Amino acid sequence: MLQVVRSRPVADVVVIGSGAGGGTVTKVLADLGVNVTLLEAGPMLNPATDFKEHMWPYQVPHRGAGDGGASYFGRGRPFGWFSAHAGGWALEGEPYTSAEGSKFMWFRSRILGGRTNHYGRISLRFADYDFKPRTRDGIGTDWPISYDDIAPYYDKAESFIGVTGSKEGIRSAPDGIFQSCPPPRVHEVLIKKASDKLGIPCIPMRLAVITRPTNGRPACHYCGQCGRGCAAASNYSSSQVQIFPALKTGRVRLINNAMARELITDDTGKVTAVSYVDKTTRSERQIRCRTVVLAASCCESARLLLNSRAPRHTNGLANSSGQVGRNLTDSVGFSLNGQVPALAGMPHYDSDGMGGSHLYMPWWLWDRQPGFPRGYHIELGGGYGMPGIGSFNNVCAQHEGYGAALKSAIHDDYGTHVGFSGRGEMIPNPDTFCEIDPTVVDRWGIPVLRFHFKWTDAELKQMEHMEQTFTALIETMGGRVTNRSNAPTAEKISAGGEIIHEVGAARMGDDPAQSVLNRFCQAHDVKNLFIADAAPFVSNPDKNPTLTITALAWRTAEYLAEEMRKSNV
Amino acid sequence: MSSRTRRELLQRIAAAALAGPLASDAAQHVHQEAAKETAAAGGVYRPQALTAHEYATLQALCELIVPGASKGHAAEFIDLLSRQNSEMAAVYTGGLAWLDHAMERSARTNFLAAKPADQTALLDRIAYRRNTTPELAAGIGFFDWVRRMTVDAYYTSSAGIQELGYLGNKGAAEFKVPQAAIDYALKRSPFA
Repeated sequence: MLQVVRSRPVADVVVIGSGAGGGTVTKVLADLGVNVTLLEAGPMLNPATDFKEHMWPYQVPHRGAGDGGASYFGRGRPFGWFSAHAGGWALEGEPYTSAEGSKFMWFRSRILGGRTNHYGRISLRFADYDFKPRTRDGIGTDWPISYDDIAPYYDKAESFIGVTGSKEGIRSAPDGIFQSCPPPRVHEVLIKKASDKLGIPCIPMRLAVITRPTNGRPACHYCGQCGRGCAAASNYSSSQVQIFPALKTGRVRLINNAMARELITDDTGKVTAVSYVDKTTRSERQIRCRTVVLAASCCESARLLLNSRAPRHTNGLANSSGQVGRNLTDSVGFSLNGQVPALAGMPHYDSDGMGGSHLYMPWWLWDRQPGFPRGYHIELGGGYGMPGIGSFNNVCAQHEGYGAALKSAIHDDYGTHVGFSGRGEMIPNPDTFCEIDPTVVDRWGIPVLRFHFKWTDAELKQMEHMEQTFTALIETMGGRVTNRSNAPTAEKISAGGEIIHEVGAARMGDDPAQSVLNRFCQAHDVKNLFIADAAPFVSNPDKNPTLTITALAWRTAEYLAEEMRKSNV
Repeated sequence: MSSRTRRELLQRIAAAALAGPLASDAAQHVHQEAAKETAAAGGVYRPQALTAHEYATLQALCELIVPGASKGHAAEFIDLLSRQNSEMAAVYTGGLAWLDHAMERSARTNFLAAKPADQTALLDRIAYRRNTTPELAAGIGFFDWVRRMTVDAYYTSSAGIQELGYLGNKGAAEFKVPQAAIDYALKRSPFA
């Protein structure tokens, strides 16, 4: 049997996970004078050596194909070799399973900062109506809080991390506290002309990138490589923007390579300790605590609760409602690309800019739904990107041939493409959830998750609408769709988990029989247990979840600090 | 590298591939060894996955596909990856043998020694999917591989990136879009 090492002192707050939620809770609590012990399942991050920002492909012998040319065999790193993430949809020794007939992809980053080191930085506030979906269209469940409850925390989050944007007064895209957004690139100017013609709003992008010096961080230098990680910290990552400064307060104890196994409770049902595996020594450890905040990511937090079984709670901790693992959703994803003759032969310019589009299209039909519930927003692609492995695969496939003619086709093609990606709302359904797979454990002996996933007609219809809209946009700018597919919609829509917006597996609510957490993200069943990732989300609006994770975690941390001050937890 | 150290290295890579996390260390070791060998040979890359004849044939093929490919070290890129990946090595050793064999049948010599007109005559047959026949299918499949990898190697090299005219990866205090470029595109768009 493993020797269990128990810590003697009792930690005030143990935070499990260091992504957007855990980073925010750690920063806010440390600023309020609360001592935090932060557990991260991955190693420490060293931006100077870990990030591949500004690296040219020829600076590595494989040019970005990965060792042994992995990407040529479909085994390359997701988002390319230069991306800052540590992990992916498959982790060595840490499997998950999908139920028969289901496909679900679960992206995990095991490193300080988690997925915030590489994510798209898109920072959209949920709209007022997003918090009351059932009231609005009779489907799904209302949040126990309203836009007004979270608005002050959106303000705090945006002010602190820095978000670009502009005041637009659009109900589906509430304005926030914005820094100026850089001007649109040439292809984005054309796209805006097309969207104006089609009556679709196209407005400056809201990205967690600073365009003026903020809290000691320098302004963006427009290299376009946010996804590789920014050593200057001019974009938001919880590691650099929240945890590194929090560590300097002296109130944060960071334990890396700590894989949480379960939460230990006493006879009263309160959490008394966190059991984790020290991956460097493969030893089992326990850290005693007054309170615990789960921020391990939506599904990982659900897994931890389901794996924390005791005679008092045989189907998992904080799960008297049976809702842990339920109500799981991802975003609807669909992309279409086009080639635009007006861009051919244009004098080249440095189009890098921020790491993402400088314009986007918020949902514009919220007041006249076109035959399906909920909506989507549109992200844009295009420009003269840094050439990489596979950049000209399409030219090779279409032009074929060789020699000067092939070269000339590549030159003519470069920079003439645009891309449209839709990100839409999925509505929770009874066939989509995660549970413990009773037959499989990971390399630490911890039972793994089994996923059930199903799109419904609402999402499929939405994706078809995306396809029609993107086709119209491309054709309105005089372009030609280059990747049209006649496959059935169910094959063209993204796979569950592919968009990496998992939310909802421990939802909040006022009714303890229907929800896991109360309106402050505190477990109904366990007063000293909080969740600060996307698990508390009641719905998954078409606005990427990170900004709302940050705002909600900020609110939860302030509430927790106040409850601790009052000795309520 | 002596044959003994090479054998040890290959064993280490095989073991590392099974162990998982060590694989990239081993691959990095291959890169470092390759760089050392190239330096020791006076800057001339010595192929390891391919024989001298195969490598010379590949160099000629790459140059035909992308004129200037040698400036992008295309053949070196392919040999390097093939050293780490037996699946890729098989694509190239098999494909290059196919090329020689096809040339022997049509021009009674190998690809490298054939006249330029015979070389391009063969490439004209395998550079297009529409020419697919049972006889040519393997050659067309191989050409697709070598075309993609040659294009990748060249346009990820300093020479290729410069020729293509990618002007970024610099960073700037302000992001600006030249009005001339906007005017150019608008003038040619339906919004003119």
